[in-house]
Amino acid sequence: MMNRRKVIKALATGGALIGASVLMPGLALAGWNKEAFGSENQGMAMKSLLGAEPAASADVSLKAPSIAENGAVVPVTVKTAVANVESISIFVEGNPTPLVAEFMIPAGTKAEVSTRIRMGKTSNITAVVKADGQLLSASQETKVTIGGCGG
Amino acid sequence: MSMSRREFAQLMGLAGAAGMLPLQGFAAKKQSSELYEVPSFGNVRLLHITDCHAQLMPVYFREPNVNLGIGGARGNAPHLVGDKLLNHFGIRANSLEAHAFTSLNYDSAALKYGKVGGFAHIKTLINRLRQSYGSENTLLLDGGDTWQGSGTAYKTRGMDMVEASNDLGVDIMTGHWEFTYHQEEVLKNIKAFNGEFLAQNVFITEDALFEGADDYIHDEDSGRVFKPYTIREMGGARIAVIGQCFPRTKIANPARFIPDWTFDIYDDSLQELVDEIRGSESVDAVIVISHNGMDVDLEMARRVSGVDVILGGHTHDGIPAPTIVKNNGGKTLVCNVGSNGKFVGVMDLDIRAGKVQDFRYRLLPVFSDLIPADSQMTKLIEDIRAPHMPWLSEELAVADELMFRRGNFNGTFDQVICDALRNVNDAHISLSPGFRWGTTVLKGQMVTMEHVLDQTCLTYPETYVREMKGEELKLILEDVADNLFNPDPYLQSGGDMVRVGGFDYVCDPTQSIGKRISEMTLDNGEKVEASKSYKVSGWATVGSRSEGADIWDVVATHLRDRKVASIDKLNTPKLKNVAGNPGIMDYS
Repeated sequence: MMNRRKVIKALATGGALIGASVLMPGLALAGWNKEAFGSENQGMAMKSLLGAEPAASADVSLKAPSIAENGAVVPVTVKTAVANVESISIFVEGNPTPLVAEFMIPAGTKAEVSTRIRMGKTSNITAVVKADGQLLSASQETKVTIGGCGG
Repeated sequence: MSMSRREFAQLMGLAGAAGMLPLQGFAAKKQSSELYEVPSFGNVRLLHITDCHAQLMPVYFREPNVNLGIGGARGNAPHLVGDKLLNHFGIRANSLEAHAFTSLNYDSAALKYGKVGGFAHIKTLINRLRQSYGSENTLLLDGGDTWQGSGTAYKTRGMDMVEASNDLGVDIMTGHWEFTYHQEEVLKNIKAFNGEFLAQNVFITEDALFEGADDYIHDEDSGRVFKPYTIREMGGARIAVIGQCFPRTKIANPARFIPDWTFDIYDDSLQELVDEIRGSESVDAVIVISHNGMDVDLEMARRVSGVDVILGGHTHDGIPAPTIVKNNGGKTLVCNVGSNGKFVGVMDLDIRAGKVQDFRYRLLPVFSDLIPADSQMTKLIEDIRAPHMPWLSEELAVADELMFRRGNFNGTFDQVICDALRNVNDAHISLSPGFRWGTTVLKGQMVTMEHVLDQTCLTYPETYVREMKGEELKLILEDVADNLFNPDPYLQSGGDMVRVGGFDYVCDPTQSIGKRISEMTLDNGEKVEASKSYKVSGWATVGSRSEGADIWDVVATHLRDRKVASIDKLNTPKLKNVAGNPGIMDYS
């Protein structure tokens, strides 16, 4: 069994993976939905990216802290066990442009993504899974605080 | 007695005037033995201390008269003060226990009953509680906030408290302010600690793992930095104890000291761990030693099942009886045992046939005059303090009134700190954190440097002076108020409201963030304007290190100058929608 450190080191140093990560921006750019990523309204961004607004589903797992240790790098993990996942996208309602990321999930890939997102203030985070043409979502509020004054 | 002759004379004078001259030998043996005579019950005894904040010596400590519960917490433990607390727990008014658990008649009762805590006294009590039960069937658990809060802890980077904890015989601990030293120092202190340091909710960051921090962490696969739980066999039972550190350590305190570790509540990880322990370790009971704070512990007990007892700390609530929380797995007992060495919790459990059948609980106040000091601990404390006595013992000013901090809003000692910041740093406005540690000084007592350090000693003491707009100030107040009054305990951080100097405000704790604070008004009657700049002084910045003098030196300068510790005006907010709340009394 590969441990966390090995996985992380492999991700960071593996030649093939580095190649992939270098290629990724280009790939992403090719499918760049400027309207969705530039939208200042979450509902509009969802419609623009996915065609409709999603329905809340217990099949989507969204893991994010209830209070962020650092709003500049909030760790978020989204996973789902539903079949035929095409994409996972993440929205932060309170950000100037709510659409934060869209991950394309190739067929046969485990639908689990982890990333760090930037949040300027307390907001709902919503993860949307597109699978078999359906839009499923999970939401959670993450608090961003100035900190200090602990007991 | 640790009082100076002058202090003692002053106290006697005051006591005489109040008609409360302490009876010679209040420490009558009979009363002492009754108070500390705890009948044995069951087969396992858990002794619980927490949040001593490095108070090695006996101190005075006044409980709050404002500890508001909002939303579901209103009117429930721990949000009860004064008579409301006494009635809830059936404690007789004007008794020694009433003095221990409330601020009622504090001045006169403190004179009558004397100081509380002190490691030499705690040790005698703990030893008695262990021996009378059968030491092999007892465990001593410390909820943390042990290594910070005094001048000697600061100078020794917490190591004095590690030595004292070892002499006390602490078996298991977890932490919060322990993490305000650099992470290498934390590891070094833990290595010197004879007991086990447990934390299921502290993980290594991925960056640190990549950099090769894996040589010291407990478990690479889970990423846990510390051992999450331990198994102990006693009284014919197998007990699991899980550690839970303060989940907001990197938010409430500087993240820069512990860059490689990340904290949260992680109740899903806790549930997995409990299920795993119950499944594979054939335990009869699961205990959590926690630094979540009592409101978070209560919520965690609702969400996580399979935990028999949560021994909690952080919020400094001295609660005479456990709160019983029902959940999917049955029920969980939630305790909290105050602060500053004032209490020892005694949880006797009857564990048979694979489960906890019954319990008996006592929260014992440690009245230093009633318990003889342990000589070995006394010697250790003397050795720890000796090199620092010239610093600690400097007499700065006489207290013109009772000096205390604990409570949701400005205490009198906070006001002295806020006044000192404005006076010494020539600022319009001052801010001081709403910590819950800080001891009490009686009226007429000499305020020493040690008292000032009790209120201010932390590892990021630098002060600042900077221009701040009115809207920024409001934002800060709103943010801190939300950390205190958010009805969801998981969104609270456990401190009290930031203390202010130079202005007052109106606060409605029942509102949501952005709407609690209004009518910010300077002492001269002018309204604080959103777009106007004010010169603000404060201390204990968690972001980056400030440049100014250490806060204790600022306060000492102010007190030396004044010679009397007094307050011209207490800056405390006018409150809305708290009428009838059992968490407030004598507030105007």
